[in-house]
Amino acid sequence: MRNKSKNKNGIANIYLVLVFLVLYAPIFYLMYYSFNSGGTMHEFEGFTLDYYREVVADTRLMIIVINTLVIALLSSAIATLIAIIGALAIQHVRSRRAKNTLLSLNNVLIVSPDVIIGASFLILFTIVGIKLGFTSVLLSHVAFSIPIAVIMILPHLQEMSLTLTDAARDLGATRRDVLTKVVLPIIKPGIFSGFFMALTYSLDDFAVTFFVTGNGYSTLSVEIYSRARQGVSLSINALSTLIFLFTILLVVGYYYLNQRKSRPPMQIAEPVAEAGVPR
Amino acid sequence: MKSKGKSYYLIPYYLWIALFVIAPVLLVVYYSLFDLDGKLTLDNYVNFFTPVYMRMMLNSFWYAFLITLFSLLVAYPAAYLLTRTKHKQLWLLLIILPTWINLLLKTYAFIGIFGTFGPVNNFFDLVGLGEQQILFTGFSFVFVSVYIFIPFMILPIFSALDEMNLSLVDAARDLGASGWTTFRRVVFPLTISGVRSGVMAVFIPALSLFMITRLIAGNRVITLGTAIEQHFLVTQDWGMGSTVAVFLIAIMALFMILTGSSRKGVRG
Repeated sequence: MRNKSKNKNGIANIYLVLVFLVLYAPIFYLMYYSFNSGGTMHEFEGFTLDYYREVVADTRLMIIVINTLVIALLSSAIATLIAIIGALAIQHVRSRRAKNTLLSLNNVLIVSPDVIIGASFLILFTIVGIKLGFTSVLLSHVAFSIPIAVIMILPHLQEMSLTLTDAARDLGATRRDVLTKVVLPIIKPGIFSGFFMALTYSLDDFAVTFFVTGNGYSTLSVEIYSRARQGVSLSINALSTLIFLFTILLVVGYYYLNQRKSRPPMQIAEPVAEAGVPR
Repeated sequence: MKSKGKSYYLIPYYLWIALFVIAPVLLVVYYSLFDLDGKLTLDNYVNFFTPVYMRMMLNSFWYAFLITLFSLLVAYPAAYLLTRTKHKQLWLLLIILPTWINLLLKTYAFIGIFGTFGPVNNFFDLVGLGEQQILFTGFSFVFVSVYIFIPFMILPIFSALDEMNLSLVDAARDLGASGWTTFRRVVFPLTISGVRSGVMAVFIPALSLFMITRLIAGNRVITLGTAIEQHFLVTQDWGMGSTVAVFLIAIMALFMILTGSSRKGVRG
């Protein structure tokens, strides 16, 4: 039996290698041609760093990068705060039916297609009279990040033993004390992963932002889209290489932090699949 | 008494539900009842049932179905093999990593890869197939979409396979079941929940992709998503756009009911 499985392993490994190859090929393809002095994504003529200089010198692009980061950090922070409240709300609801309703409402934005989120938010902002631009983008990012953060925090709350809060209350802790000294420290890992997920969602979002940005305001994905529509430009390649490196740094850092807490990364990865929506 | 103090701090969350979950859906339904001139009418719904939109809808479904099917076909074996690797968490992380790269950048890469002078065409030239038009076809749309969605299909299937009790497989084999029978009667049924979430994670977004159709399929493929984007941002016909959105929402709801009631428990 062992012999047989060894042979199978060979085919298995080839298949896996193939999947990885396909997954990474486009990314490395982009990176490779970012150094092409020929100016096209075929026929590598010579090595150059021109496109990187172009990216760094492009002030408009730099402003957009800053916009993107500001929106991501701000929206994730606000979303995480509201999500903590949301998770507590869901946790505190007694009746099973009410809890399920609340959970379903929470998940609506996770399963909704982006176009619909974008279009409906566009209607909402127009009706309420919010000018399209920074505010509308920020509000939308907060809105679609909240449910995912709730989902990351909730399991930690559910794992928490209720006797802990009861004990704290019995020992004379005020409600605020219970929250800040008992509950929050226990759910802290959930809060961090919620924040991190919100951050990656926000950084990655295209469709929703595309609907709710006005003329003057842009984030990185929207900018990439409009540039890519105009055809191949190697500064996009250079930009994507930089983004790739930044992403790897982020992920490795996050992975490292998680390992130290000795939580299996699956815990974090799974809701991504639940969410599923590439934004 | 207890609930009185509670209600204050819960306000932001409930406000979010009211403003950003319930209100948008109602607004979309409300807007679907108005035509371009702002007149209250059911014309949009009548229009939706004309051949133009029906064909688009079928088209959209067909492509979403193909994308889901191919993602599943590629992802299931990959997920299965991943659970057998030594450092499976690390490999899984490597599968997830590309999903953290902006979707548009990955799509943009395919403009080069599938382009007239791209590597795929070079390869075709080499094997004597000659130059093919790959970009701006239905094939490239499906391929790029599958590429984008594969990790989202692998993840839930991986978790389901990982949680599966391996002794059941051993038992099936010991009782004389062949590999295929074991898979069909034991492994697959036990991991159906993962397949279900994977299908859901792919099918619904696949119905509404519009950036890939624009960049890769060059408007050859028109999906419900493209139509909504077109109506909202180009022709400014919000009424018709909302009508398409209403149908997409209805389909989504139906689909979620069909694929095994709720996701109540994303966890628990």
